[in-house]
Amino acid sequence: MLPAYLLIGYDVLWEAIGGIGRGQIFDENFLMGIASIGAFAVGEATEGVAVMLFYQVGELFQSIAVGKSRKSISDLLDILPETATVLRDGEAMTLSPEEVEVDDILLVRPGERIPLDGRIIEGASSLDTASLTGESLPRDVKAGDEVFSGSINLQGVLKLRCTKPFSESTAAKIMELVENSQMHKAKTERFITRFAKYYTPIVVLSALLLATVPPLFLGVTSTAVWSHWIHTALVFLIVSCPCALVISVPMAFFGGIGGASRHGILIKGANHLEMMASVDTVVFDKTGTLTKGSFSVTEIHPVSGTKESLLQLAALAEYHSSHPLALSVKKANTRPLDPEKITELEEVAGGGIRAVIDGSTVLVGNASLLHSHGVSADLRGMSAGTCIHLAANGVYLGHILLSDTPKEDAAGTITALNAQKIRTVLLTGDRNEVAKPLADALGIAELHAELLPQDKVSHFETVQQRASGAVAFVGDGINDAPVLARADVGIAMGALGSDAAIEASDIVLMDDKPSAVLKAISLAKKTMTIVRQNIVLALGVKIAIMLLDLAVAASLFSIPSAAMTWVAVFGDVGVAVIAILNSLRVMRT
Amino acid sequence: MTKIFKLENLDCANCAAKMERSIKAIEGVNDCTVSFMTQKMMLNADDTRFSEILELAKKAIAKVDPDCKVK
Repeated sequence: MLPAYLLIGYDVLWEAIGGIGRGQIFDENFLMGIASIGAFAVGEATEGVAVMLFYQVGELFQSIAVGKSRKSISDLLDILPETATVLRDGEAMTLSPEEVEVDDILLVRPGERIPLDGRIIEGASSLDTASLTGESLPRDVKAGDEVFSGSINLQGVLKLRCTKPFSESTAAKIMELVENSQMHKAKTERFITRFAKYYTPIVVLSALLLATVPPLFLGVTSTAVWSHWIHTALVFLIVSCPCALVISVPMAFFGGIGGASRHGILIKGANHLEMMASVDTVVFDKTGTLTKGSFSVTEIHPVSGTKESLLQLAALAEYHSSHPLALSVKKANTRPLDPEKITELEEVAGGGIRAVIDGSTVLVGNASLLHSHGVSADLRGMSAGTCIHLAANGVYLGHILLSDTPKEDAAGTITALNAQKIRTVLLTGDRNEVAKPLADALGIAELHAELLPQDKVSHFETVQQRASGAVAFVGDGINDAPVLARADVGIAMGALGSDAAIEASDIVLMDDKPSAVLKAISLAKKTMTIVRQNIVLALGVKIAIMLLDLAVAASLFSIPSAAMTWVAVFGDVGVAVIAILNSLRVMRT
Repeated sequence: MTKIFKLENLDCANCAAKMERSIKAIEGVNDCTVSFMTQKMMLNADDTRFSEILELAKKAIAKVDPDCKVK
């Protein structure tokens, strides 16, 4: 038996000896070495071989499982092509993306991934941006459009001018961010590694006591008694390695982060994912987060005449204006406009426009503009939303209401959060008359309006103090960096291509859909469930095996000793494999 | 200064935790993370003594697992 044992286990024994030399006595190899040598010592040579064999096979399975899992998560993140086709002096050459320089012309054929960020100079196509944003609808692009690395060209051949070097391109940044997320460990993981530090010495010590103390009382001279208790201790030694625990927790977090990135949700650390699972309040910014951030005409109220003609007049007067409201009015107008009719034009800062059209003086703007030009209509009580008034030759003509429309999935997101008993709060700089109808329509529980930027932080802190769980803040990452930083989980939205937003936040939503917040919460919860399952499984099985072993030792019932060894080795490496496979479930959501 | 290094042949999760613990105990190390999942080490240490500390960290890694190399 000895030659077989040495053949199977020489490397483990060798490592164990090396470990002792370096003062690493609780290392896995050492424990398995002692356990198998112990079996030889009590005359169970077959079992000594079996321990070593099972352990080696289990380790093999474990390393295959770890390798495969790591690879499948990494593959998920791999949105970078290996090569880039560059046109230099009219010749196409294949380079690695790192070698491409800014202003190089890139050639991207259908089916290929865009290697670096760039601007299209020739061609039109639609792009699959799912691996960047989670958005499954292809995005149509044409010459002049900016495109991001990592998206897949679906149709035509595109020529791009590279705008960013490899390391600053979107795909490389996303990969770096997700990979480095592992550097921010979750509390649970820290707890487990700390636990492991004590677990192994305690179990090994128990094994030592089990092997020596009972025989002292039950029969110091009997080899059978010694053999019986040493055998009991061996099982303890086999399950004393904490690897299953230590591996399965970060694996689940890594899987969760990998799975999230597939939906365009980038999580900058396992700690943030963990925190996200305990969120009980979500605070939203308004413009650009819950609303589209672009105005549209919602109501037209002419004093006389048709709505269309009032809108046409407003659009004509604002023909040369690039104010956001003017753009929205012009967008809503469907009638033809003849700018030749404008003979005089004056933009009144903070008021609107005075134009002479076909000889009559037209005023388009807010109430103070009209009043200052002597229009005497009573304009109070018409200020819900954003309002544009019109007058011609001193006679009031009517008003147009514009509002920032909520995003399509905003209401659904708030409803779903409310249903999960997660409190929703809206913080905005907008006037109460504008914010209140929106908050009511969406079903938001709490509203703080008319806030100056510095007030946002203090109001956020008030919300935070009242909440019992973690508080997340969702914003666009541009104006609200201080609040993002203060939040337990800062979520920046619509961050594709915005470095500032990525920098300021803990979780980055590449797309601008609020529903991604829901996805992030459900992924976080699922990850935490799997983390807990793995801990209970790994620890539970080990404890159960130790109890079973004690029960057998006390002759409460009997199990063949070889079977007990099998079970113990399973409790070590088998459980690790199961926990690893369990972790992979989280990324398939 | 914070730098991220690739680790080769880091093949046990508990070893990664042990390495992290002993590197954190090195004087001048502000923070350190060893990730088994991504096979990477993040080392945050005093700028002036960084290379000296990195050598100590490499020794600490070799003590746990001599096969594991910092790249």
